[in-house]
Amino acid sequence: MGGYGDVQMIDENGVRVDGRGPGDLRPVSIETGVIPVADGSARVIWGTNHAVAAVYGPMECHPRKIQRQDRAVLDVRYNMAPFSTPDRMRPGFNRRSREISKVTADALESVVLLEMYPRCKVRVEIEILCAEAGTRCVGLTAASVALAHAGIPMTDMVVSVASGKINGVVVCDLNKEEDNYGEADLPMGILPNSGELVFLQLDGDLSPAEFQEAWDYNMEAAMVVHEIMVDALKGGDA
Amino acid sequence: MKGGRVARPDNMSVSNDAGGPRNQGRASLLVAPGEDLGESEGHEAGHGVLEMDGRLRATKHGRVNDNGTEIAIEPLRTAYIPRPSDLVIGYVEGCTNNIWFIDIGAPFNAILPMSLGPGKAAFGGTRSIMDIGEAVLCRVQEVEETHSSVVTMKGMGLRKIRSGNIEQVDPHLLGRLIGKGGNALRQLKEDTDCRIIVADNGRVWIDGEFDGIVAARDQLNAMSDDAKSTGVDA
Repeated sequence: MGGYGDVQMIDENGVRVDGRGPGDLRPVSIETGVIPVADGSARVIWGTNHAVAAVYGPMECHPRKIQRQDRAVLDVRYNMAPFSTPDRMRPGFNRRSREISKVTADALESVVLLEMYPRCKVRVEIEILCAEAGTRCVGLTAASVALAHAGIPMTDMVVSVASGKINGVVVCDLNKEEDNYGEADLPMGILPNSGELVFLQLDGDLSPAEFQEAWDYNMEAAMVVHEIMVDALKGGDA
Repeated sequence: MKGGRVARPDNMSVSNDAGGPRNQGRASLLVAPGEDLGESEGHEAGHGVLEMDGRLRATKHGRVNDNGTEIAIEPLRTAYIPRPSDLVIGYVEGCTNNIWFIDIGAPFNAILPMSLGPGKAAFGGTRSIMDIGEAVLCRVQEVEETHSSVVTMKGMGLRKIRSGNIEQVDPHLLGRLIGKGGNALRQLKEDTDCRIIVADNGRVWIDGEFDGIVAARDQLNAMSDDAKSTGVDA
């Protein structure tokens, strides 16, 4: 990152390239039960991002070497479909998907009551069908709705949102251009009922004041997205 | 952004209403994990509910059941976790010289040793008594802390299943299927003229005339669908 400087992405009235204001989210919609054979599933459409998450388990843990005697393990797999981006994604695991799978698992482990299922495994599969920007946030949000839908006990649902900085202005929920040519990106995983943080990454530079502003945008956006998640669960299957 | 609430450590109390959503007077309220269920004083935390800092919090997606003393959640989906003395219907999934491995729908296969099996056979003769794929009615004898379990076929009515159909319903719906004092199940047996055994792992054995089996199965499916349609209160 660091920004290109010459790309104008927000005008003096605070209107961004896609017409949103600095604090506006892209439209979010969530459906549950999109994969009937899975124990739980969810689809999140966030702007032009499409993510599908499926949860299987609790089941016997294989391979045995990852089994834990006192709790279950979360086996999270984040994957982008080859057709999810204009330049074809090479199929299969890569460095980036490995990293996102790990941070997603770490974030979810702090809410799922894994000690209720010793020696088991809960499989969480996240597939990104269309990627714009912030797919790790969309994937994490989809995974937590799918876990709740599968009836896995958890203390809260993780909501993940990213804010960032473009042309020196802190804005909420970056889109593709803002993510590519912006100056900073701050994805966060938030527990909306307690306000706790379970996941935070920062790409680029933010001053303490800018960081606080991005933090507030994320917290506020998380509450909005959380309501959509709860509505999706209460509204029944697709 | 619409004027959303910002959660900060200083304004983290979730609901200003001391009783939480359960005081709104609506029966069988649907909740999502993490939802606040009000103060814990005077109430026990039942299934799917956790007590945190003097407040009750839902840990599962389902309907709230408040019987006055205990607040529990009737989840919309569950996995079967075996408990000792559960009557279960299992499928033989594998065997060694003196042990059968039974799939009882739990995360782990149960063990059925030859000594607790239906009959005597020489060492190595397990498959001549029960082969892979066969269904058995058995009882959970023992469950370890780590969820591995032992089942037994020594007991009244425990046997290999040779006829009829086996259907699957979610284990938490069994109460609804059986009804108060077994009324709903008795009615189902009378209506369809079938022999029905409801096992605790959600498998239901139905035996009788073809039409009766189909009718019973339709009723089971209708009940499952009804429980899953979250829009209507049950």
